[in-house]
Amino acid sequence: MIETLTFTYPASARVARRAHVGVVASGNCELLLEPSPEPCASVTVRTSVGGYATTWEAVLARFFARHSIAVRLEIDDFGATPAVVAMRLEQALEQAR
Amino acid sequence: MRATNSKIVSAWDTRRIRKNHRLERAASYVRSGVFESGDAVAVLESILEPGDRVCVEGNNQKQADFLSRALASVDPERVRDLHLLISVLGRPEHIELFERGIASQVDFSFSGPQSLRLAQQVADGRVRIGAIHTYLELFARYFVDLTPDIALVAADEADASGNLYTGANTEETPTIVEATAFRNGVVIAQVNRIVDRVTRVDVPGDWVDLVVVADRPYEIEPLFTRDPEQIDDVQILMAMMVVRGIYERHRVRTLNHGIGFDTAAIELILPTYGERLGLRGEICTNWVLNPHPTLIPAIESGWVQSVHSFGGELGMERYVAARPDVFFTGRDGSLRSNRALSQNAGMYATDLFIGSTLQMDVDANSSTATLGRIAGFGGAPNLGSDPRGRRHPSQSWLEMTSEVPEIRRGRKIVVQLVQTFRESGVPTFVERLDAVELGRTAGFPITPVMIYGDDVTHVVTEEGIAYLYKARDVDERRAALAAIAGVTPVGLLADGTRTRELRRDGVVAFPEDLGVVRGEAKRSLLAARSMRDLVTWSGGLYEPPKRFRSW
Repeated sequence: MIETLTFTYPASARVARRAHVGVVASGNCELLLEPSPEPCASVTVRTSVGGYATTWEAVLARFFARHSIAVRLEIDDFGATPAVVAMRLEQALEQAR
Repeated sequence: MRATNSKIVSAWDTRRIRKNHRLERAASYVRSGVFESGDAVAVLESILEPGDRVCVEGNNQKQADFLSRALASVDPERVRDLHLLISVLGRPEHIELFERGIASQVDFSFSGPQSLRLAQQVADGRVRIGAIHTYLELFARYFVDLTPDIALVAADEADASGNLYTGANTEETPTIVEATAFRNGVVIAQVNRIVDRVTRVDVPGDWVDLVVVADRPYEIEPLFTRDPEQIDDVQILMAMMVVRGIYERHRVRTLNHGIGFDTAAIELILPTYGERLGLRGEICTNWVLNPHPTLIPAIESGWVQSVHSFGGELGMERYVAARPDVFFTGRDGSLRSNRALSQNAGMYATDLFIGSTLQMDVDANSSTATLGRIAGFGGAPNLGSDPRGRRHPSQSWLEMTSEVPEIRRGRKIVVQLVQTFRESGVPTFVERLDAVELGRTAGFPITPVMIYGDDVTHVVTEEGIAYLYKARDVDERRAALAAIAGVTPVGLLADGTRTRELRRDGVVAFPEDLGVVRGEAKRSLLAARSMRDLVTWSGGLYEPPKRFRSW
């Protein structure tokens, strides 16, 4: 059962290029991040583990509060912990800059 | 009336007389100091008296399991209410001692595998816990107020004079035997075999009273073997931060690593990441550590000058014997370990301890205690604390004093390495430790905290490092910890502006502040990525136990 969650955050800063990080594996996640022309960050999370919407909201809100980047972000989650997700987000940003 | 000259004590050798009686009662089973394995229960029933303090050798590595099985089989009508002294209550028969009424009191250090059953026995009133110790303080009490009447120990070989050879796993045998033998207790050793001439004398024969050849070799656990296959990218990122933000920054040369994949990751990036940073010979030169297989690549790359070990590690025997410049070895070539001395070395002679925990509170107190279990501590509280009796200086020790007051002193670096969430999605950082409730429920006089927050100098998470030793007050400490606590309840209290200030002041560092590139945190950074790689690094000398082989 796949749960899909979407989030939007206001954003202004641009990133240089698209980024692809993470792996398709249990306890991990895969991220695809692309520059967006819209003044916001729009996020789609597809997760195999339901019931964690609040935690996703917390992780993403924290990341986009630190980095106000206008991007389209897709996350395929296979039960990654918030620790893994936070690292993958920062890795994607490193690659996109 | 004062009886100034009256003599209160009339006999001064009651312990010796009692010991002789014990041995006389067992004499019919013994020939030249040796008894048959089939007579073990009868010998114990002859020697033991109700209420005796019995020290059973058993720790997280070596276990005198033949003798503990025999002890659990004695007739509770004859032998009861023993006071059990044991480092690690790790085997099912240890609990049977309480179930059968053979022992009713216990002083110990750790009960990992039996922690649930132990809690049940305590709740049922079958056993009273004296205290939960660290290894070192339990050993210390054997020489003060918990001297054993009987010690049951394990060795590889014995000769006709009772000399014992303990192979790579000397561990705590000499300590237990010394405490028992020199105050007229009875020392019984189970051995794997009797030989004409022992390979090396680890315990002199005149400290040993009786020897028995066990039905099978003593049990031993490869507890410190970590398969590199299971190390993930987050652990590698944290290892990179430790190398740059702590080892390189403070020039840490003498250290101890805890058990776990987090520290195994550090060991495995020294020859790659550390080498690239030019740190070989500058950091991590002298270790207090069991022979971790994951240290092989660093040793082979010339990083390591010395390693002193608490115990042996299964499969590492040939490798260790082939590296006598690095490890402490006997004339026979094999490892000489010593748990008491290694714990002491780890406490007083290393500048850094680094380990993991299950829970940490806002003040960096940490605990591995879980409700319904009584697990204990092992060596972490000693190794992970600032020994205030230390007086010899070193650069990293002196660096821990942020200011130079009139009376200058140093401080040990104590690092806790944790991911903000555990695998099950449970937050590591909590408002209050489960240990608080556990201690209260179990009626412990002290809260079972593993490492006290005021001893912790650094906390590392996947988010960054909190340099707690630099914090000016409790409020700043808490803010620094919150800044790296992710989206846990503790981390959500972090204030963005405050965090920026803390980063500016160097109280908190994120990977980018340390020159650590997150994208490099990949398994390709590990010098060995599998057990097979470790074998290759060792030139075929390391022989992993079967369960770690996939080939």
